[in-house]
Amino acid sequence: MLSDAFDYLTDGSSWSGPQGIGAYLGQQLLLTAAALLLSAAIGLPLALWLGHRGRGGTLAVNVSNIGRAIPVFAVLLVLALGPVGSEQLGPFGRAGLATLIALVLFSLPPIITNAYVGVREVDRDVVEASRGMGMREWQVFRTVELPLAFPVVMTGLRLALVQVWATATIAALVAGPGLGRIITAGFANQRTSQVFAGALLVAIGALILEGLSVLAERRLDPMRVAKRQRS
Amino acid sequence: MTVSADGVSDPPETPQCYLDNTWWCAPYWADRQEELVDGTLQHVLLTVVSVGIGLLLAFALALLARRFSPLENAIVGATTIIYTIPSLAMFSLLLPLTGVSATTVVIGLALYSLTILLRNILAGLRAVPEDVRESAIGLGHGPTRLLFKVELPLALPVIMAGLRVATVSTVALVTIGSIVDNGGLGNLLLEAVGSEFKAQILAASVLCVLLAIVFDLSIVGLQRVLTPWTRTGRS
Repeated sequence: MLSDAFDYLTDGSSWSGPQGIGAYLGQQLLLTAAALLLSAAIGLPLALWLGHRGRGGTLAVNVSNIGRAIPVFAVLLVLALGPVGSEQLGPFGRAGLATLIALVLFSLPPIITNAYVGVREVDRDVVEASRGMGMREWQVFRTVELPLAFPVVMTGLRLALVQVWATATIAALVAGPGLGRIITAGFANQRTSQVFAGALLVAIGALILEGLSVLAERRLDPMRVAKRQRS
Repeated sequence: MTVSADGVSDPPETPQCYLDNTWWCAPYWADRQEELVDGTLQHVLLTVVSVGIGLLLAFALALLARRFSPLENAIVGATTIIYTIPSLAMFSLLLPLTGVSATTVVIGLALYSLTILLRNILAGLRAVPEDVRESAIGLGHGPTRLLFKVELPLALPVIMAGLRVATVSTVALVTIGSIVDNGGLGNLLLEAVGSEFKAQILAASVLCVLLAIVFDLSIVGLQRVLTPWTRTGRS
């Protein structure tokens, strides 16, 4: 079983072609990146602003938490057959667009929660002190709150990234793009080794993405950068 | 689904919404009532059993991590890795071990809820003030009584918050169990994919969301009953 899966993964022919691992991997990466960028573009400004104001955030967090209760599978089906999207829209048609929307909805809760909580939990004395020094609101946010909240905000993005990557496999259930297709094709042909290989690919991909984003977070953290520059 | 030009349709007459394949179809809810009830019951059962096992395991692991603190990072790290495995992949990976069965779904979902619950149990226990712990010991509480009478009750709000997230996400994830034929309402969803049976998709989706809301509200209610002291002194 394990060796069959290994044979499948090391066989060059299973990587090439439009139904190959390579193509599905590319689709999954594209989907993940697009979904994460979109939900960061929607969620981050809103949550950071609410965090800075210190009001209305609980409501935003609760509303976005509804996203957790809605099964991605169901959203995917409703959207795939629903009024939005067309055969032409986006590189992967209706199923691709439906997956993208479902993934954006799904990744908003961790991004919004962490960005809001991160800014909110910055030491209020520090914020007041910077106001006392004559900083404008924008400067307070830009030079004090954001650098201090950075690790928490990034943790939210990292959580969202791994969840989106993992959940993107579900697109295969509506014949959408991504690595899930290897798993569902394996199921359809009763080839357990292929199912196993597909699952392994997705899991390893998730771990690699997690590792890369931890590294990126360390590199980019303004507090760490400042410390490095000082020493 | 189309009707031929001469208007032949099955006797007894098929409701128009089946023929038009509309999202809302009242006759569907009546015709397939049994199927919907069975799906919902299986959904509830899978959720309760998975979260229940996850809670027991998380509790045991949390106690272990507290007892032998060097283990804590390893245990939390290992459960985080579990969380990065996608549900579709998780069920597939378990397939060779447990086959096409409810056990596959329960093990997978219990492992997911374990991750969320473990973190919250540890965080909740850690937040118990040291003074309170010392006073309890001073009053002669043994380790077991300290845990059950003092620490756990104080940690309950944080643990319950984790239980809410774990339960609600489990309700959503049960649907993926349909790939091994045990997905509760998800079975109805998967069945409707091929035929694009919209009424069934809407019915199963709505029931799924309702189920998540009912579970969430019940846990909130349970928490209010279990922690009456959090309500006193506030108006």
